[in-house]
Amino acid sequence: MGTYTLRRLLFAVPTLLFISLVIFLLLDLAPSDPTANLPLTIPPEVRQKIRESLGLGEPIHIRYLLWCKQFFINEPLNVVEALLGAGDSERLRVLSWQTRSPVVDLIVERLPQTLWVVGLSYVIGVLIAIPIGIISAYRQYSWFDQIGTFVSTVGFSVPTFFTGVLLIVVFSVGLGWFPSIYDTTHRVTDWSSFLVQARQMAMPVFVLALYNAAQISRFMRSSMLENLNQDYVRTARGKGFHERRILFVHVLRNSMIPVVTIIALGVPQVFGGAIITEQIFKVNGLGQLLIVAIQGGDLPTVQTLTFIFAGLIVTFNLVADILYGVLDPTIRYDQR
Amino acid sequence: MKTAFTLIIAIFSLYVAPAAHAARGADGHLRIIYWQAPSTMNPYLSGGTKEIEAASLVLEPLARYDQNGNMKPWLAERVPTLENGGVSKDLRTITWKLKGGLKWADGTPVTSKDVVFTWKYCTHPQGGCSQSEKYNDVKNVEALDALTVRVTFGIAKPFPYGPFVGAQAPIIQAAQFADCLGARAPRCTDANFKPVGTGPFSVAEFRPNDVISFVANSNYRDPARPAFARVTFKGGGDATAAARSVLETGEFDYAWNLQLAPDVLANMKKAGKGVVISSFGTLVERIVVNLTNPASRLGKERSTAKHPHPFLSDPSVRKALSMAIDRKLLVEIGYGPAGRPTCNILPAPAIYKSTANDGCLMQDIPGANKLLDAAGWKRGSGGVRMKNGVKLSILYQTSTNAVRQDFQALIKQWWSKIGVETELRNISASVFFGGDPASGDTFQKFQADVQMYANNFDGTDPESYMANWACKEAPRPATQWQGNNVPRYCDKAYDALIAKMARAGALKERARLARAMNDMLMQAYVLIPLVDRGRVSAHAKTLGGVVLNTWDSELWNIADWRRVK
Repeated sequence: MGTYTLRRLLFAVPTLLFISLVIFLLLDLAPSDPTANLPLTIPPEVRQKIRESLGLGEPIHIRYLLWCKQFFINEPLNVVEALLGAGDSERLRVLSWQTRSPVVDLIVERLPQTLWVVGLSYVIGVLIAIPIGIISAYRQYSWFDQIGTFVSTVGFSVPTFFTGVLLIVVFSVGLGWFPSIYDTTHRVTDWSSFLVQARQMAMPVFVLALYNAAQISRFMRSSMLENLNQDYVRTARGKGFHERRILFVHVLRNSMIPVVTIIALGVPQVFGGAIITEQIFKVNGLGQLLIVAIQGGDLPTVQTLTFIFAGLIVTFNLVADILYGVLDPTIRYDQR
Repeated sequence: MKTAFTLIIAIFSLYVAPAAHAARGADGHLRIIYWQAPSTMNPYLSGGTKEIEAASLVLEPLARYDQNGNMKPWLAERVPTLENGGVSKDLRTITWKLKGGLKWADGTPVTSKDVVFTWKYCTHPQGGCSQSEKYNDVKNVEALDALTVRVTFGIAKPFPYGPFVGAQAPIIQAAQFADCLGARAPRCTDANFKPVGTGPFSVAEFRPNDVISFVANSNYRDPARPAFARVTFKGGGDATAAARSVLETGEFDYAWNLQLAPDVLANMKKAGKGVVISSFGTLVERIVVNLTNPASRLGKERSTAKHPHPFLSDPSVRKALSMAIDRKLLVEIGYGPAGRPTCNILPAPAIYKSTANDGCLMQDIPGANKLLDAAGWKRGSGGVRMKNGVKLSILYQTSTNAVRQDFQALIKQWWSKIGVETELRNISASVFFGGDPASGDTFQKFQADVQMYANNFDGTDPESYMANWACKEAPRPATQWQGNNVPRYCDKAYDALIAKMARAGALKERARLARAMNDMLMQAYVLIPLVDRGRVSAHAKTLGGVVLNTWDSELWNIADWRRVK
């Protein structure tokens, strides 16, 4: 197992470097201009100067190598120094073109609200989806299964930009229960401020949890169904095992294998934020950071964010593979 | 005696009562939403409207424009003019005097050195300052004494109010930005996010592209203002959500730039929580006519002056295109209270507005047909007019935007009634306005017959705006396709008027020249103005003192804003 993990990790390095190059080339070839969103009253000579001050005058390979140096060398050094308490402000970090501030600082600032809202909705989604999937499969075609199927079809097929706005119109405008705009500066210090936080998180978390739960519960259900018809279940029943033991020990453990993979592969999406839902509720997390950077032609931010997402996807693919081996001892990657 | 005493008490209470009510910070928390979030607090590094307006709470210029477009002294004691001797007779220098006793938010005095430094900061060759145009032709800025600054121009400047005037060119603190000149500018993240200013508020926390928290500036020059102690300036989302948060849910007090369908706004207003306000500036949505041939077979010479347009070079065709448009209907559908029909490319300020072209307000399809008949354009197959084998077939492009696509569809329909066939195209705004010389889809390259967008100018003086249509301004390969004369219009008489205006010092004469230039362009039909677009914002009914200003930052008088019951 250890050798396998190590080999996969080593293989990830060239993969990630290649990904970063592809992202860079794609972004560079795409028609985009950081000064495009400025008012037309700013004359072209000034725009040209702005572009030069952003480093756009350099040829493409220089800009790529510069980004690599800033991201792979300067940024980690900066983290190390920040931990040790010694700062070297002269080192050039990856700077966003829009804000002229380090991209990594922006990401660190955005991470809490994304993890709170998108992460929590993922956890809730999983916690709802697994029992629903189990019961739906065990009582196939019962009313519970029918309702579960209906809700998950709705959750899966109705887009979040519809459910989100619908909830705002009903619960913010109509009933006034929840705020329609998320306050990212709110700090939880006591019980009442926690309630405020819970209220402002309620709607975005619900929207995303519904979507996640719909997806995962379908996988859980079909995986359970597949296992419930296996011979070993009939054998266990024939041996007179208690139904609860058959369901939760034998069937559940086997059914979890593909579902765990799907859950693990979904985690990078949590970090990617939920672009649409974040926009609707003004959560202003990583998803909003990415979309604003794309609109503003802020290439360093887009490049850094997409690269981090790519890194997370590669990592969680590995995690999923390892979990697979843990859950199913018959799978062994180390072959000699 | 008794009456005198009562009188004194009465006068005293009259004086005290409003003062007590209007103490600094007494009205608590003000919430503002801008659906585009500011990326920085340094307007010299961004140039975007959202950043300029956010920064206007903190940074202030020497003078700014009021809601009528008149200049008002702000940090300066008065606005220097020829009459009061502040502007020299040869129009080459202007001398500003700061108000006495001004302090930065950190308590240090504001001096003429800060003003000189601001000029140095924005004109540094490696700084990429987005407002450097404001300091054009400035040869030198010098401090005469602690409060007096003299700006010297290299040429005679009849309108010397570019530097240090308006929300685009505020004064920054020399002490804070001393190490941030030129290429070092982006490294000063702290200074760029939390500039020390003279304005009514100071930045407490800045979260780029998200939210800004302000607190009242304890060193603000008026001890009774601002009425609010804190301001939350939230960004992000979209215009609909911003409007909803003020008009329907009441979560915010002020929402900026609500460019929404008229019926959407009217519906939200019914909730009774807020007021929609609008005001007009110089922004005109226009159709630009290409006077050169955009045919792709011309290769590098397409859309250049070498090849005149096969049919749009005929003035009667251009005039007919304008006559066929119903501007009132366009306003009703696209802008509602935020628009009004216009026949001028220069719609404001009032002294510059021409009335010579108002005939265009009435749609006249029969007249347009008659004009084309008379010019020899005969209806051919499918009702499309032709002459000498040239078909009136137009490619009409604009940026991707719901209102613009509605306009395209309507105008296409009207043009089909006068025998003009139209093909529509829309291009993503970041490409269309991107100015990338490698892309064929920019508005400067203009590889189409007509295109539609909006433009305006900063401040109130139209000199540089009207100079956009000089012959030498035409985008062409020699200029890397940069230039403001997008229709490629070229008339020596027009260029002569531009030269005249650059020398004219008297306001009346300048106004006459600007109107004459506007009329020349309008009567040549190279630009077809459609809608004079205003700004629309909304504020809660409990917020008082808001005066919408299109000539400066919308938040220009935030020190006067207060809570009303």
